[in-house]
Amino acid sequence: MQASEMAFYFFSVVIVISAMLVVISRNPVHSVLWLIATFFGSSGLFILLGAEFLALILMIVYVGAVAVLFMFVVMMLNINFDQLRSGFTRYLPVGLLIGLILFVELSLVFSHWIPANSYDSKIQDSTIGDVENTKQLGLVLYTDFILYFQLAGIILLIAMIGAIVLTHQRKRNVKRQDILTQIYRDPEKAIELKDIKPGQGL
Amino acid sequence: MSYLDILTIGPELILVLFCLVSLLVGSFYDSIKTSGFIFLLTIGILILIAILIYISPYKTIPAFGGAFIRDAFATYFQITILISVVALLVLSKDYLIKYDLLKFEYPILIAFATLGMLVVVSSENLLVLYLGIEIQSLSLYVIAAFRRDNVRSTEAGLKYFVLGSLSSGLMLFGASLIYGSTGSIEFKEIFIAISSDGFLLGIMAGLVFLISGLAFKASAVPFHMWTPDVYEGSPTPVTGFFATAPKVAAIAILLRVLFDCFGSAVESWQQVIIVLSFCSMFLGSIAAIGQKNIKRLMAFSSIGHVGFALIGVACATEEGVAAVLIYMVLYVIMNIGVFAFILNMEREGVAVTSIESLSLYSEVSQGQAFFLTILLFSLAGIPPLVGFFGKFYIFSAAINSGLIWLAVSGGIASVVAAFYYLRIVYLMYFGAKKELLTGNMPFTHWLLLIVTATLMLVGTINLFGLEGPARVAAVSLLN
Repeated sequence: MQASEMAFYFFSVVIVISAMLVVISRNPVHSVLWLIATFFGSSGLFILLGAEFLALILMIVYVGAVAVLFMFVVMMLNINFDQLRSGFTRYLPVGLLIGLILFVELSLVFSHWIPANSYDSKIQDSTIGDVENTKQLGLVLYTDFILYFQLAGIILLIAMIGAIVLTHQRKRNVKRQDILTQIYRDPEKAIELKDIKPGQGL
Repeated sequence: MSYLDILTIGPELILVLFCLVSLLVGSFYDSIKTSGFIFLLTIGILILIAILIYISPYKTIPAFGGAFIRDAFATYFQITILISVVALLVLSKDYLIKYDLLKFEYPILIAFATLGMLVVVSSENLLVLYLGIEIQSLSLYVIAAFRRDNVRSTEAGLKYFVLGSLSSGLMLFGASLIYGSTGSIEFKEIFIAISSDGFLLGIMAGLVFLISGLAFKASAVPFHMWTPDVYEGSPTPVTGFFATAPKVAAIAILLRVLFDCFGSAVESWQQVIIVLSFCSMFLGSIAAIGQKNIKRLMAFSSIGHVGFALIGVACATEEGVAAVLIYMVLYVIMNIGVFAFILNMEREGVAVTSIESLSLYSEVSQGQAFFLTILLFSLAGIPPLVGFFGKFYIFSAAINSGLIWLAVSGGIASVVAAFYYLRIVYLMYFGAKKELLTGNMPFTHWLLLIVTATLMLVGTINLFGLEGPARVAAVSLLN
């Protein structure tokens, strides 16, 4: 067995086991940690495929941001996970049945999968040459793909505007820091020195 | 990217720049006055863009490596969308001020939604299509929930968001299946692949998912379940907006995808569209009968109208496409008029949406009742009003392409639908004595109501010359 094959089996086993543990572990914090393990395994698979950029993005975005966000949600919101999980055994047979149906359907589709004749000529291997795919993406992102890239940026902007519009409360009587008045404050006028004799009040 | 690409996409670029600048201005000088100013400016910019698109010489040249094209078809729909957005913005201002909803984000989100619609109509590949739809729907989710302290409105926003993301997911899945079978996301390349290699299994699965996603956006049965709730819950100007521009855009994308991408495999999608159309027409007509809320009624009415428009799509002929183009424009005009009326239904300063409250409205305002009657007759498709001609074009196209039974069932559905439109007219003139509505109407709303109703009468002469551009647009789509 080659090293890459061994690595593939290792990562796959890690992914499958930790994905199962995400569902069945009792402690929700453990579930999130197992989820992180799943992400790590998947990024290993991407590296095996030669898509190192995708692997790194998966690490940074999913492990670094999304999983941590999950962790915050789990720890901050008081969700009763036992109650959520109470129907597990009851729904298990139906869930398994649906999973089986989906599996059969997908295998039916993929066993008859015939791509168009022109397919191979259009799909390029991303690892051709000595240009690694991070650089390849960099070469096209602002040139050929500028329209897509900017449109995606607009989508994110709208999401941000939406979040602010729907949650931001405009309270008028909140005390905020006003930097300008702070800067222009004159120490001469702000502080007044008084000489107080002992035994006397002000 | 070249100089020519920038020029081609110029109008959209102006819109984006405008949105960004006014967003900055709005957040620094946040007051009712600035919001009102940005509101008016948005209307101005949208009109400007409509003019620019009309006179733009950069047509039929695909920009960005064939991702974006502004052919006659795109121009036709873009101008329709822009005009309807402008009309709805004009209508919504008074309402927003009255219910303390006039924030500067409202016109900006509407402008972003318009941008999404403009992009999507001229998309020439699946990625731009998806991105445009997302820009459009993300803004719509937010403005559906714009009245955030109202339970109904937030419910509408949330429902729309959850179901909308589901449909986007379906669409993406379909697009990836198509990409997986043809190796391309360009409409042209997919068209060539289908013509040379036949209709592969993966493409078929992808097409079904893609149509489901688009049918959701157009709210065709069986993907309509969100429509009544969202229409009822959203603030009324937003409901009016939902009923016009996004609907037009959804039908436009459907046409674009079906003809540009799958034009060589008509028989594979024709039955799907026929089923969607048949179900939409009948559900739209029958389910509307029991409605008590006029916004819900308009939701079912819009479902029914989408069904009629889909008959034209199912014809898969040039005549059918031209009929759809005409029908959508007429539909938008009628809806603008009706919503100009609905926005002003109130009693003692409180908005009322029940249909019952319209009884004896003719005693409140003879003029409004009369003009609304004309619009409702037109929506029902009663000759000699323009709405009849819209349906007439659709049905004759269906008959000419051999879909006689669909045309006949369309006729039956429109007779059923006429019942609930006429019931409103009946209530307005012969309803039971009840508490009457106030019947006040700002000048702009009056104007739009009169203009749209007059168009319904005048348009019977030559349909405002709409037929010519519609034919040109249909030809440009089919070639």
